[in-house]
Amino acid sequence: MIILERLTKSFNGIKVLNNLNIKFGEQKITVVIGRSGGGKSVMLKHIIGLMRPDSGRVLINGIDINTLKRKELNEIRKKFGMVFQDGALFDSINIFENIAFPVRQHTKLRESEVKDRVYSMLGDVGLSGQELKMPAEISGGMRKRVGVARALILNPEIVLFDEPTTGLDPITSDAISNLIIAMHNKFKFTGILISHDIAGAYKMGNIIAMLYNGFIIETGCPEDIKASNNPVVNQFVAGSMNGPIDFNMV
Amino acid sequence: MSMDELLNPFESTGRFILKTVDELGSLTIYLWESVFSIFRYSINFGNLIDQMVFIGMDSFYVIGLTGLFTGMVLSLQAYYVTKIVGVTYMIGPMVALSMTRELGPVLTALMITARCGSSMASEIGTMKVTEQIDALEVMAVDPYYYLSVPRILAATIMLPVMTILCSLIGITGGYIVYAYFLGLNHIVYIEKIYQYIKVGDIYSGLLKAVFFGIILATISTFKGFATTGGSKGVGRFTTQAVVLSSVYILFADYIFTSIFFK
Repeated sequence: MIILERLTKSFNGIKVLNNLNIKFGEQKITVVIGRSGGGKSVMLKHIIGLMRPDSGRVLINGIDINTLKRKELNEIRKKFGMVFQDGALFDSINIFENIAFPVRQHTKLRESEVKDRVYSMLGDVGLSGQELKMPAEISGGMRKRVGVARALILNPEIVLFDEPTTGLDPITSDAISNLIIAMHNKFKFTGILISHDIAGAYKMGNIIAMLYNGFIIETGCPEDIKASNNPVVNQFVAGSMNGPIDFNMV
Repeated sequence: MSMDELLNPFESTGRFILKTVDELGSLTIYLWESVFSIFRYSINFGNLIDQMVFIGMDSFYVIGLTGLFTGMVLSLQAYYVTKIVGVTYMIGPMVALSMTRELGPVLTALMITARCGSSMASEIGTMKVTEQIDALEVMAVDPYYYLSVPRILAATIMLPVMTILCSLIGITGGYIVYAYFLGLNHIVYIEKIYQYIKVGDIYSGLLKAVFFGIILATISTFKGFATTGGSKGVGRFTTQAVVLSSVYILFADYIFTSIFFK
C-alpha cells in the first residue's frame, strides 16, 4: 500500500504540492490527472524517493521512505518499476541490454536465463526481433515499449508511469494504453500513472485522481469522474478554456 | 560579470571565496561517497576494465606523441643552454629528470583530462539531463557506485602507467634529437641518465600521477552529476570539468613538488 500524507513541496517559494493526501489501491491502476507543471511528476518522484518533501510522509507498506538510508531505500526501490516520459533508456547500449540491465544488476541468473527472460518480455511488448537496435534507432512508441519492458522485467509490485502516452500519435497512444492494460492483467502490479490524456486515463485507470493547486481535489472510478459536479474537474476533462481553471496560471 | 560586482570588489571576492569553499566541500563529500561505495558494494570489474582501456590503451597515441615531442623539444632547448657552459653531456639527465619528475605526470594528466575527463563529464551530464541517472536510481543502482567508482579507480590505476609510458617515450625523443639531429655521443646520453636519475625521482612522479588521476576523475564525474540545463548545460559543465581539473592538477603539482623538493 502506498500512502502520501500531507505532502508539501515548494520550489522557489511556490508550493507545487500542498498538503497532498492520497492512498493508492493495491493491484489497481490509479491515474493521476492534472495540468502540465501542476506537480504530477514531482509527486511521482517523491513516491520513488528521487525527491524529498519539505513536510509530510511517503509510506510504502507502512515505511516512511524519507527516514531510510540509501541502502534501505534501494531495497524498497527493488519493489518498483518506472516508465519515464522519454524512456530514459541507456543510449550507449542496445535494447536487449537495456531490458537485461535490472536483471543483471539484481539477480545471479545465468546468461541463458537472462536471454530467455528478455526475449519473453520482448515478445510481451511486441518488440521481438528489435533487440539489437540502439535506442536512437527506434521510434517514440517503441521507446515507450522498451521502457515498459525494462520496468516490468523483474516483475515489480509497483509500477510508476510518467505520462506514457504523451507525444505519441492517437493510434500508438492507444496501443501503449492497451499494452499497459495487458501487462497489468498479466503481472497484477499496483500501477500509478500520471497523464493528461483523458481518453487513456478512462481506459487504463481503475481509479482516477485529479491533482489541482498542489492537492487531490477528486478521486473516483472513471464513471465517478465523468459524473463529477466539481467545475474544475469538468473543465479539465472537457479540455475547455472556460471555467474556474486559470489557463495562464502554470 | 555585472556592473555591481565590478563596483564592489569585496562582495565579489567574498562570493568567489564562498563558492570555492562550497565547491571544495561538495567535492570532498562526493569523493568520500564514491570511495565509501567501494566498500558498500562489490566492484564491477567489467566497468572498471572498460574504463581502464578507455583511459589507458585508447590514450596511448596522444600520450605517446605528447611525450615524444616534449622530449625532443627539451633536448633541443637543453642543448642551447648546455652548449654555452660546455656541459652538453648533461642533456640526458635534464630530459630524464624533467620527464619523470614533472612533465611526464603533468602532461599525461592534462592530456587525459582533455581526452577522458571531458568525456566523463559530458557522458554523465547527458545521462543526468535525459533522466538516465534517475533511471539508475529507480532501478536501485547507486549511480556513484556504477558511474563514478570505475572511473576514479581506473584513472588512479592508469595515470601512473601512462606517466611511465609518456616519460619513457619523452626520454627516447630526447635521445633521438641528441644522437641523430645534434650528432652527440648517444652512449653518454644513456650513461649520464643512469648516473643522475634516482629511484626517488621516478617514485615522486608516479605518486603525483596517482593523485592527478584521483583529481581529474573526481572533478570530471562530479561536474557530470552536477549538470543542469539541457545540451547547453552539458557543454558548460564539461568545460568547467576540464578547466577546474587542469587548474587543480597544476596547483597540486606545485604542492607535491614543494613537498618532494625538501
